[in-house]
Formats: sequence, structure tokens, C-alpha cells
Amino acid sequence: MSVAAPLAEVEHLRQWFSIGRLLGARHTVRAVDDVSLSIARGEVLGLVGESGSGKSTLGRAVLRVTEPSGGRIVFDGQDVTRFSRRQLRPLRARMQMIFQDPFASLNPRMTVGQIIAAPLRIQRPGLKRAEVTERVADALRTVGLAESHAERYPHEFSGGQRQRIGIARAFIMEPAFLVADEPVSALDVSIQAQVINLLMEIKQKLDLTILFISHDLAVVGRLCDRIAVMYLGRIVEIADTRTLFCAPRHPYTEALFSAVPQTDPARRRERILLKGDLPSPLAPPSGCAFRTRCRYALPACAEAVPPLIDVGGGHWKACIRDDLTLRSAV
Amino acid sequence: MSTALIGAQAAPRTEARPTTPRRRAWLRFKRHRLAMFGLAAITVLVLAVIIGPSLIPFDQLHIEMRARFQPPPIGGHWFGTDQLGRDLLVRLLMAGRISLTIGFMAMLVSTVIGTTVGVAAGYYGGWVASVLMRFVDAVLCFPSVFLLLALAAFIKPNIATITLIIAATSWMEVARVVQSQVRALRHRDFILAAEMMGASGPNVMLRELLPNAIGPIIVAATLTVARAILMEAYVSFLGYGIQPPMASWGNMLNNAQQYLGSAPWLAIFPGLMITLAVTSFNFIGDGLRDAVDARIDLI
Amino acid sequence: MGPSDLILDVRNLSVDFATHGGMLRAVHDVSFTVAPGETLALVGESGSGKSVTSLALMRLTPRPPRARLAGQARFRTHAGEELDLLAIPEPAMRALRGNAIAMVFQEPMTSLNPVTRVGEQVAEAVLAHRAVGRREALQRAEALFERVGIPDARRRLAAFPHQLSGGMRQRVMIAMALSCDPAVLIADEPTTALDVTVQAQILELLKALQRDTGMAIVFITHNLGVVAEIADRVMVMYAGRIVERGAVASVMRAPLMPYTQGLLRAVPNLAIADRFEPLASIPGTVPNPTALPPGCSFEPRCPYSVPGLCDTCVPPLEQAVAGHDVRCVRWKAVAECRT
Repeated sequence: MSVAAPLAEVEHLRQWFSIGRLLGARHTVRAVDDVSLSIARGEVLGLVGESGSGKSTLGRAVLRVTEPSGGRIVFDGQDVTRFSRRQLRPLRARMQMIFQDPFASLNPRMTVGQIIAAPLRIQRPGLKRAEVTERVADALRTVGLAESHAERYPHEFSGGQRQRIGIARAFIMEPAFLVADEPVSALDVSIQAQVINLLMEIKQKLDLTILFISHDLAVVGRLCDRIAVMYLGRIVEIADTRTLFCAPRHPYTEALFSAVPQTDPARRRERILLKGDLPSPLAPPSGCAFRTRCRYALPACAEAVPPLIDVGGGHWKACIRDDLTLRSAV
Repeated sequence: MSTALIGAQAAPRTEARPTTPRRRAWLRFKRHRLAMFGLAAITVLVLAVIIGPSLIPFDQLHIEMRARFQPPPIGGHWFGTDQLGRDLLVRLLMAGRISLTIGFMAMLVSTVIGTTVGVAAGYYGGWVASVLMRFVDAVLCFPSVFLLLALAAFIKPNIATITLIIAATSWMEVARVVQSQVRALRHRDFILAAEMMGASGPNVMLRELLPNAIGPIIVAATLTVARAILMEAYVSFLGYGIQPPMASWGNMLNNAQQYLGSAPWLAIFPGLMITLAVTSFNFIGDGLRDAVDARIDLI
Repeated sequence: MGPSDLILDVRNLSVDFATHGGMLRAVHDVSFTVAPGETLALVGESGSGKSVTSLALMRLTPRPPRARLAGQARFRTHAGEELDLLAIPEPAMRALRGNAIAMVFQEPMTSLNPVTRVGEQVAEAVLAHRAVGRREALQRAEALFERVGIPDARRRLAAFPHQLSGGMRQRVMIAMALSCDPAVLIADEPTTALDVTVQAQILELLKALQRDTGMAIVFITHNLGVVAEIADRVMVMYAGRIVERGAVASVMRAPLMPYTQGLLRAVPNLAIADRFEPLASIPGTVPNPTALPPGCSFEPRCPYSVPGLCDTCVPPLEQAVAGHDVRCVRWKAVAECRT
């Protein structure tokens, strides 16, 4: 357990969105509902979940992209929950994001060089042109692209290369904290491995702290020190990777592991199939949101939202049942 | 699911030569034949109105009562003469200067206004957008010709004022187009990335969003020129625009009304010029629209 | 046609597209067979030509001159007739599409009409090929919904696509595909856009439906895990060519093509390590179809390549061991390097 203060922390974070007409019924989507997390310096924390889990929203909330509906966000000791845009500006150099869609994350009208130089231009307007060019060239080299690529436009590059450009843009300011929102999901398999390797290389070099958001458990298992599993806006389990994979304590985690298709026939076992579909985020089930699909559900599960219970060693689960023996990942 | 779309998605992406978006747009434009025709016509027209009058031996204001109502091409007057014996061609070209100038200037002013309103509305969204766009809608409700006339009745008509009031009634289309484009891009990841770097609102609007809206802006601007020329013609035709003896295509038409039976060329030629100019700009606008197809560029 | 138990026999299929620079070959000389009740997987990454192959079989590629098809695709109908899918006139093809040959796509949101209720859409699929009344068509739709596991089927008939989740929409697509008892189902990345738990459900559904109806499935995907779960035989494609073909067990356990081997190694499985070790990745990128290497298309990225041997001409697709074909002259070396 690290004694040093965490780099980023959220407490009882709520991000609720209101949808509906001005004069009609308004519904609230609780995209992130009462989430508390802390991320230690130098750690890679994985955030896993399927659609509607709120993992992307949480990632963006931590970076103060939007103002939260409730709770606290602390970055490097400062409470940034209600910071204005101007107050956040100096912090922006220290926190960055990598996006999922390589096609939408780069401005199609700017050259690659301009795109990568943009953070410098905004945060350090005094820098001389020559130095900017030098740093852009450096960044391109680090991500495995050529200096000459700075004059080209994004549409001339493949998905994997664009993702590298996005990575170059994210670390040119040498941030302390990086949120990677599904950075490899849109890439071909053989390219995924390349980009993941690159990301870890940069992580080592800059001693980055990373919040790695993904739906791919296998990738998360390789990269992350700790993993948090989310379902319908809440964290259902959080533990260090080895513990989570070897001894999960929440039925959803078990189902997730079981659902991953395996190439190795030796690893394949009978699937645990979840019943039904994800409930609508507009009308989540009472009590435990997962109970409608859980094969271990009891009537008591509907009564109250299960709190995160400490089961020791930094392992927390949000399930009232203590008596379950759940399958490990492998 | 259209087969055309499937084919386009399934066909392998060919390696693009290092081309800028501008170059690719130009290549697409060149393939549009009507647009190229329009471009050629306007080029010829502009050259004609600039150097034409100095090449023609007659002066636009020179009254020659002995040579009135000469049908073309008698007496060296290629387009004939009017009721005061003035050469029609040279008047037509001088009028062209006025009409084209007003057209361009009105386009510039309205484009600047419209773009500003559109980008602000698209970027800020919420109630700012609502207020701005409802204001746009409100102005659009007025039939523009009547609005023009109403404004023209209050002011002294000269080139500058006519330009301004035409611009005042033309900026809305640009605003709409720009707002629509900016809104579509507002929540894209690359805009979020810019905000995450600490870029301020105006910075994002100017450096990230505006360059992506240039295409539709240029298209809307071109069509605004066409419309402005037409508006000027309306206003001058109705007597509230450019005043004689300065010639504009509109007031030449006005002048020609009473002689339609006896000297039809007085109406035909100004009418043809207006048609040619307006249609050419419209063709160019069409070609530009295809050329800057946002779908292709955002791949 | 070969052995009488084949339902689809594709020979030397090639697809060319018209581009600015001339005709571009997206699929080179692809041949494969599918037997009734069997699942053949087509695996590849972007630019491999797997989707184009399936579109070509359904004759959904643009018409000449924008795209040209060559080769044969022999299909055996219910009646025992043998038709060449690439040669029959369009009306005959239309009679087959959605009928004897059905297709399911990746994005159900764009394949379904957003302004029509889903029950109507499935009923339309029935009405297109069967001479029944509208009421009966709707009843069939309801029965199909139940079969594909849509709960509360009668009520769901009246839903619009946007009111359904991704998994539900995909089930609707499958219901539509099944509506006329197809002999072959072509599924183009049907689970790629779905959550992993929903993917598991859909794969189970497809397997169950195949057991019940005996239809053949051509399953296109880039996910090797899914291939291992659902397919009997697999075809790996790279840069428009088949590079490996065989029974799933054989190809997955002992891949003979360096590309397949590289892919299998690059996919992280659910094992964990104490410290991060770089994933085995394939260096480089997929070649540009306009500028393919002179020899083997994979050669520039291949750890087994031998200059002079691999880069001179395209290796032929040949049988390496029984039932397992590979397009690689170094397959023996690849076999020995497996862990």
C-alpha cells in the first residue's frame, strides 16, 4: 500500500445527465453514480466495463471535462471539483487524454505537425518556432513515425498511425496523468499490440500514471496494476490484477471473464451466459443493478444498493453474498 | 443499404499522394463541367467590365440624340443605343462594374457577419444558440425584397448603402450553414482534445472549428454573390437602388420597360447579363459544394 | 460440382474495383467450399478482402464498370439445382437474397430502417419471398423473435430499432435472416460491435440455430477467439489472398503461416504476468493494395522470410498436411518454431 498521496482521487462522484424536453418529462441518466476511487502515482489502473457502465464518463469526469453533478475530484492534492476553465488551464498540461476513434481525434484540416504542436502553442505561447519544430520531431520519432510526416495530413495515415499521432500529442507536454479511453479498440489486432507496447514504453520513460479504460479484459490484464469493474455507473469490484483474475468476488466479473472467447482450446470451459440484456440506464433495477442478470441473485439483492465491502488486501466488492465460489479467469 | 455505399466502404483505400485538402477539392471541382463553364463566364465578365469600357470608342454618359434607338449592330454600336443615344454595351459594362462590386462587397460583409453568428451559435449551444438562431429565423421570415425596399426607403441610395442593406438581408443563410457544420463537429474528439489542452473558447472556434467550416462557407458565399446581384437588380429596377445617370443592370431594366415594344434590346441585354452572372455564380456554387464534400474530407 | 454434399463451392473468385489509377484487385483468386451444417470462418484484418468476398458472393458489390467479379460461386439450391451466383441475372439473385442465402451485418443500426417497426421489417422479409398474407407474416415474425430469444416477443414487434439495445437489434437481424429458412447464412462481423457478454449470447444463439436448422454459416471476423469458439473450418486472408486454410483445431494449435502465427501471438489471452512484458507484435503494417510487394504480400513483415525465395513471386496455396493448406514456402520452419 503506497503511503504517498494519490495523484488523482474521486469521492462519491456523480455525473448525472438530464434528458428530455423543456416542457415534457425529464429523465435522469446516472452515468456515474457514487464512485470513489484513488489512483496512486506511477500506477496503471484499469477501468473495465461494457456499454452503459459509465467508464468513459468517469474518465472524462476525472479530467474535469465536464463539471460533476456531485462529489469531489482531487488532483495532486488540489480540489478541482468546481474549478473554472481558467483555473484548470495550468493543470491541463499535466493531465492528458488519448481517444478511442483515431479518425475523429485529429483535426482533418491541420497537418500532423500542427496537431502535435497544439498543446505547446496553447500552454507555452512563448516558445520559439525552432524549438517547437524540434520537439515535434522528437515526439514523432518516439512514437515510431518519421519527421517528414509532420507536413502530412491525418487522412494520409492508417488508424494505427493516427493513434500514434494522438499519443505524441498527449505526451509532448510530459504530463503526469494520462487517461486512455479505449485507445486500441478501433485498431486491427496486429496493430493493437504495437500501440500497447508503445504506450507502456512511454509510461516507463515518463513515469506516467495511467487510467486505462477498456472493455477488453485480456489487454487490461496484461497492462494494469489494479482493475476496477464497472456496471451501470457503479464500481462493482476493484482489486489488484492478480487477485481479480485468480479470485474474483463479484458475479459480473466472473461472467465477464467467462464471456471472453479464447483461442487456446485448453482454456475453454463451459460459458456462463448472462440472462437478458443490460437494463436501460433510465430505469436501473432497484438495489443491486446487476441482480436482473445475475445467476446468484437473492430477493435481498433488490432491497438496497450494495456498498463496496473491503475483503482485504485492497480488494473491494459490491455484493451482499459472501458464500460464493466464483470461477477464476483461466 | 445502398450498394453504392457498401462498395465505397469495401473498396480498399488507395494511397493518396501527399495532397492538401485544397488540392483535392480543386481536382473535384475541375470535373464539374457546369461549374467550369460558370468560372469561365465570370472570368470573361470580370475582364470585360474592367478593360472593356476603355476599349470601346463610346462614353457611357455621352448623349447623342441623333443616334437614339439604334438597333444593334448599326452604327458601330454592337448592342445598340438607348433613348438618349448612349451606347448600350459600354453602359452595360459600366453597370456591370457596379453590380459585380456590390455583389462581392455584400458577400464579404454578410459572410463575415454570418460566420461569426454561426460559429458562436454552433460552439456555445444552449440558450445562446437558441437566441441567435431564432433571431436568424425571425429575419428570414421577412420576404427579403420587401425588407430591402423598406430599408432603402429610409436611406440615401448609393453603392455603399445598397451594399450594406443587401448584406443585412443575406447573412442568415451563411449563419445557418456555418452553425450546422460547427454543431456537427462541436463534440468530436479533436475538439475535446483542444479543450483538454486548455484552449480558450475563441481559440477553439478560430483555429479548430472554423477551418473545418471553410468549405460550406465558400459555397454559401458564392451563392450569396449570385443572390446579391439579383437583389441589387430588384432594388434598382424598382427605383430605390442605384440612381440614374449611374447605370446598373437593374435600373437599365427599369429604364427599358417603356420601350419593350419598340426597342426590346434595351431590356434583353441587361436581362441576359443578370442571368449570365447569377447563373454562373450558382454553377460555381454547385461545383464548390461537390468539391468540398465534407464526407470525403473527414475520412 | 464436386462432392454432392457441398452447398457452396467458390472457385477463383476475384474482385476488382475501379479507382483513379485503374482497376485495383481487392480479392485475388479465392477458392473455398462450404458444406451444409458447417461453419466456415473468414479471418483477416483491414484490407484483407474478407468483407469484399462476402459482398461479392451476394452480388452486393457495385456493378461494372465500378467493380468487376471473376470466377465462379456454385450454389446448390433446396431443389438440388446448381447456380453460379456470379453469373445468374439480377432478378434470380434477388430471389435468392434473403431467401436461400441470408446475410447479417455488423451494424444493426444502419441495416435496420430507423423509421419502421422491427416487426414490420421482419414481416417484409417474409413477404418478399413467400406468398402469404400480412397477418401470417407478422405471426411468423413473432415466432422468429421467440426463436432468437427476444423476450416479450409480441410487444417487441412494435418497437423501433432505436428502442432496442445492440444485442436485441442483432437478434432482430438474425430473425430477418432466418425468416425464409436459408441454406447459407453469411455473417459479416455480427458481434464486433457488441459487448462481450452479449457477444457470448449471440454466438450461442447462432450455434443453437445451426444445430436446429442445419444451415451453413460463413462467419467473417477479425477476432481469433470468436473463430475458435464458433467455427469448424477457418480461412485466413491477407492482402486479398487466402494464406491459410484448414480445420480450426489444426490452424489454431499449429499455424503454418507466419501471419497466422503472429496474429495468435499478438492477441493477449487471459493470462497475467507480474510485470508488463511487451506483447509479441507484428512489425510494419498491412501493405497498400496499390503497391503490393512483388513476392509474398506478407514478406516485408515476416520473421521467417528468405531473400530471393519469398520476395520473387507469390507462393501458391498448397496442402501442407491433410486438410490444412498454406500459402508459404517456409511452412515447415514455421511448424518447428511453435512453442
